[in-house]
Amino acid sequence: MALILRLLAHIGRAVLGVLAVFGRVVIFFAQTVSHLLRPPFYGREFILALLNIGWLSLPVVGLTSIFTGGALALQIYAGGSRFDVESVVPQIVAIGIVRELGPVMVGLMIAARVTSSIAAEIATMKVTEQIDALITLSTHPMKYLTVPRVLAALVTVPVLVGIGDIIGVMGGYLVSTYSLGFNPAAYIQNTVNFLEPLDVISSLVKGAAFGVIAALMGCYFGINSGRGAQGVGAATKSSVEAASILILACNFLLTGVFFSL
Amino acid sequence: MIRLEQVTKTFGSNPVLRGVDLEVPKGTSMVIIGGSGTGKSVLLKCVLGLVTPDAGKILVDGTDATKGDRDAFLARFGMLFQGAALFDSLPVWQNVAFRLMRGSLKRPRAEAREIAIEKLRRVGLKPDVADRLPAELSGGMQKRVGLARAIAADPEIIFFDEPTTGLDPIMAGVINDLIREIVVEMGATAMTITHDMSSVRAIADNIAMLHGGVIQWTGPVAQMDTSGDPYLDQFINGRADGPIESVR
Repeated sequence: MALILRLLAHIGRAVLGVLAVFGRVVIFFAQTVSHLLRPPFYGREFILALLNIGWLSLPVVGLTSIFTGGALALQIYAGGSRFDVESVVPQIVAIGIVRELGPVMVGLMIAARVTSSIAAEIATMKVTEQIDALITLSTHPMKYLTVPRVLAALVTVPVLVGIGDIIGVMGGYLVSTYSLGFNPAAYIQNTVNFLEPLDVISSLVKGAAFGVIAALMGCYFGINSGRGAQGVGAATKSSVEAASILILACNFLLTGVFFSL
Repeated sequence: MIRLEQVTKTFGSNPVLRGVDLEVPKGTSMVIIGGSGTGKSVLLKCVLGLVTPDAGKILVDGTDATKGDRDAFLARFGMLFQGAALFDSLPVWQNVAFRLMRGSLKRPRAEAREIAIEKLRRVGLKPDVADRLPAELSGGMQKRVGLARAIAADPEIIFFDEPTTGLDPIMAGVINDLIREIVVEMGATAMTITHDMSSVRAIADNIAMLHGGVIQWTGPVAQMDTSGDPYLDQFINGRADGPIESVR
């Protein structure tokens, strides 16, 4: 009996711990929005974040998307041929990439590349007292560090998702036309005809949400990191874990929302 | 004048400050000494509002440090951090001119750069350092850049956290002389934390020894050697035997 109670206590403590972190993240998000609406704004930091999150993520987003699109085309062709419906490859690649795989892949790549880098940078700033220095120089860390990064992610990740969608579809196109014998013009025609505006809108909305999650998690875990190299490592790891899980959970919720429209 | 009245701070189950009373007269240099982990940095951070005390009062020129306009309050301070705490992503001159490029003290970019170069010269660094990144500088140079940043806006109050830690004796001497010169020339009120007794003698008008979460002894630096306080005596002479436990 005592063992069961101890086990329940452990589970209870873990659940309370997760809920407490979730609550703190929500408060952190509300504070970010509040600072976003009040001056001063740091334009230079925003532009640097745009470059880092958007421009410098293009290669990884492009490569991931093209391979995902290509692999998807092969899978759909292999699966479809069992039911003699291999001709639906363009439509399924388009809908699969635009509505689901494009935003999720880009979101996860951003979590891996951007969230980790933001968390490590801010955590190192905390460990080396740079955040204390910011405060003594009358600069609010949230305005200087969090707001520009979250805003830049909100703006750039939907663009990255849009580019990733196009490249992903092109990956399917290349595999289908060069290796599976599809007619190039018909492939593009089928893709364009099949996609609806809501598919593209859902993709971009997901991108915006995933961008905010990725940047917010990096900033939150960076600012709340522990001491020393171990603290920086733990903050980086936790930020990527939290961002990845939240992106997938948010994807599920948004898919449900758009599915019901 | 900075006055601390019964300031306490506990981290978890560890009471670091147990009721600190301290007075730093305007235009003087106070050095706080004490063993590692006795809360000296916490004390400075309490004054700046980086750490919130559990109880007690902190008054700067008679005004409660926790109330009023934070920006205006912090604009009166300069701080040299132990590891310099320079911003890695900014070149040296932008680190020095950080406060002058934003907020209430904002100046045109060219003027801010000019002031930064002048402050760098003041701490013995050549203008060609201005465009380098902090990572390209030695520890001593970083410390001097930190010092230039601390004095960039001509603050009324300057805090120095372990200004000579990690420096060779010659560079430590250079930094000590710089601090003394800056305090005397600018007429600023200074609070310094250090373990380095040569620093204490070079910088201080008054010293305060923090031990057991309270100010164990305070007085003019000239009376330090004849204080008769066994704690201070053991500390300044670096003896293992005495009332302060060597294993803490």
